Amino acid sequence: MNQKRLSIALAGNPNSGKTTIFNNMTGTRQKVGNWPGVTVEKKEGHVKKFGYDLKIIDLPGTYSLTPFTIEEIIARDFVLEERPDVVIDIIDASNLERSLYLATQFREIDCKVLFALNMADVARSRGFKIDDKKLSELLDVPVVFTIGNKNQGIDTLLEKAIELAESSYEIPKKRRVKYSKDIENSISSLKSFLDNWTEESIPYNTRWTAIKLLEDDKIVKKRVLSKAGENSRKILQEVQIHRDFLVDRFDDDPEIVMTDERYGFIAGIIKEVLTASAKQRIDISRNIDLVLTNRFVGFPIFVFFIWAMFQLTFSLGAYPMEWIGMGVNLVSKSLAHVLPNNLFKDFLLDGVIAGVGSVVIFLPNILILFFCIAIFEDTGYMSRAAFLMDKIMHLIGLHGKSFIPMLMGFGCNVPAIMASRTLESEKDRKLTILITPFMSCSAKLPVYIVLAGAFFGARAGTVIFGIYLAGIILSIVTGRLFRSTLLRGADAPFVMELPPYRAPMIKSLLIHMWDRSKIFLKKMGGIILIGSVVVWILSAFPQNISYSLDYNSAISEIKASYNAKIETAHESEKKLVAKKRDDTVAELIKAKKAEKAEKSFMGSIGKVLAPVFAPIGIDWRGSIALLTGFVAKEIVVSTMGVLYAADETEDSAALQNALLSSGMTPLGALAMMAFVLLYMPCLATVAAIRRETGSFKWMIFSVVYSTLLAWGVAFCIYQGGKILVT
Amino acid sequence: MLLSEMKENQTARIVHIGGNGALRRRILEMGILKGSEIYVEKYAPLKDPIELIIKGYHLSLRVEEAAQITVDNVK
Repeated sequence: MNQKRLSIALAGNPNSGKTTIFNNMTGTRQKVGNWPGVTVEKKEGHVKKFGYDLKIIDLPGTYSLTPFTIEEIIARDFVLEERPDVVIDIIDASNLERSLYLATQFREIDCKVLFALNMADVARSRGFKIDDKKLSELLDVPVVFTIGNKNQGIDTLLEKAIELAESSYEIPKKRRVKYSKDIENSISSLKSFLDNWTEESIPYNTRWTAIKLLEDDKIVKKRVLSKAGENSRKILQEVQIHRDFLVDRFDDDPEIVMTDERYGFIAGIIKEVLTASAKQRIDISRNIDLVLTNRFVGFPIFVFFIWAMFQLTFSLGAYPMEWIGMGVNLVSKSLAHVLPNNLFKDFLLDGVIAGVGSVVIFLPNILILFFCIAIFEDTGYMSRAAFLMDKIMHLIGLHGKSFIPMLMGFGCNVPAIMASRTLESEKDRKLTILITPFMSCSAKLPVYIVLAGAFFGARAGTVIFGIYLAGIILSIVTGRLFRSTLLRGADAPFVMELPPYRAPMIKSLLIHMWDRSKIFLKKMGGIILIGSVVVWILSAFPQNISYSLDYNSAISEIKASYNAKIETAHESEKKLVAKKRDDTVAELIKAKKAEKAEKSFMGSIGKVLAPVFAPIGIDWRGSIALLTGFVAKEIVVSTMGVLYAADETEDSAALQNALLSSGMTPLGALAMMAFVLLYMPCLATVAAIRRETGSFKWMIFSVVYSTLLAWGVAFCIYQGGKILVT
Repeated sequence: MLLSEMKENQTARIVHIGGNGALRRRILEMGILKGSEIYVEKYAPLKDPIELIIKGYHLSLRVEEAAQITVDNVK
């Protein structure tokens, strides 16, 4: 039997408990993606209930349907264009007056709408009594009480929604939302004008269209004109006449007057349906805020929370990271035993498994980080963090919420860039994403340690600190530069609600965490895999290198000669000779590896690029190391190890000695550190940038900009330093 | 008097909301209307932004935004 399908859209203010209700309705059967063309999360879920197949769409939380923000445009367009069977407007019952602003706008669109008075328990405990029957009668809308976090009233809500969807829609006889006489006159005159003049009927109800035209709504205007054809000019004229009249009459823009009147209308409803019995009781949330945003302890507590999040993400995350690393190694090793030695095996082990491994290894970090962020968001602390940090971030031209992604950048840029999702404004988000890579991530630290340790000895710590500081300064400079050029415009106005603190629900935290981590695995895994395979091909081919020395036969010769020596040697010297043999063989294997790297495509590219790197004091070996660093910055050190033919031991002293004797100068080392700090982010980060900006162009821009900046800064250091020294 | 000049724990009545189109309308849509009562809960530790209570909920505005709002009856 085919079940009947219905689509239900959930709308409501941010912090109205919409997501909780969505989670309760759909459980884990959710599909999370992005709305087309933008990076606003789109959530969808399917439920089979009461004999229906219900598709539930979680619209972005908005305060209004005025198309100022992407969220509002998405929510409104969805209701207008996709025409869901029912819209459920979730209203925070303890915040009725402001919530009704959005509700009255849904009422005006003439879609089938249903009100859920959520957090009914909170409202009751605050002494608010809401007359649902009266509210339902006044606005001609079914009203249901719900308590989202206790899963109460949700079934009734769905039942009512189905009932409403199945009822035949009647155009309300009486207009429920009324404006003052002059405005109503303009609306009805414009409405009949539209009814008469447009050849093709306007896709939306004409009263609503008239209202939007009077409000000078750019999007509606464009759509009406595209339908109106020749009559466009006449419609525009007519609208202008009415707008001019109203401006003259009220001495203010009609949209402002109408906003005011909507609230006036709401005030009338509130008077009839809401009775506040008890006086304001002790407000726990306000008391918490007395501490958390306190003038003196607010910042220290904030720093502590961030520190704790950092610790959890990177210290606690290090254990599972290690296990995953060991697991990948184990798989790789056991496959190495099983498979015959051929090109496919190399491809599988060094390309595919190494590539997948480099993605999966971030998973613990990502999971923990998103769990922490979900706690911040669900409790309401995130908006307090923005409240505290806004002044500082505003100086760079950013919103208070940009602070968290930037800080996370010191750990790993991948989760940091994903954390920029919490920013509402697209421009703010892009700017944050562009400057976050300058926060020196933990994978770059080994490179600094090796270089600074080798060339600056006791002053290494100061030098490394300086590098970190340079990253911060350049991110500020970049932020200001882009804010006044590419991403021009003020940062989003700080009209931000500080919602009451709420205890987070584990279920919702876990869903939040998993949804976002899934995006990381799915979408970025592919790009990183391809990238790793490409880098593998570049470093593994050409296969038939003509070595300057026949290493294999040289190795077997040496083995043979030493083995012969061992035979004749004295019992006590046997071990010593054996060690000597192994050392010599290892030396040869290393030389072979270095030569293989040098003669691979990667090596050729490195040599071709050498002239580019020469002015910044980096030789061809350094440039190959930097190239391989594109996969992951950790690799820079290991590639240098191979190329400078140092021992592959854990301790970096050998590499440092090799570097010192390679002709690199302290100035060159400093230039290289600066280059590593700034140049294009690693593959995983680039994939994250592509994903989170939703555009290939911004990804390329970020790569090009950072690399050019890196070269420029390194050039200044190397050449400027040379002038200063001599 | 401007909203940005009010001290913590003061209440006032909104007289006029200035500023440009979009931001002004956004402020209105959040319930900051002529004639409404507004309460200054606190300033952020760095003196910007401001936390306000309007229509029973908490809202924050930057000082520069609050400077567009004129109030009277400050108590």
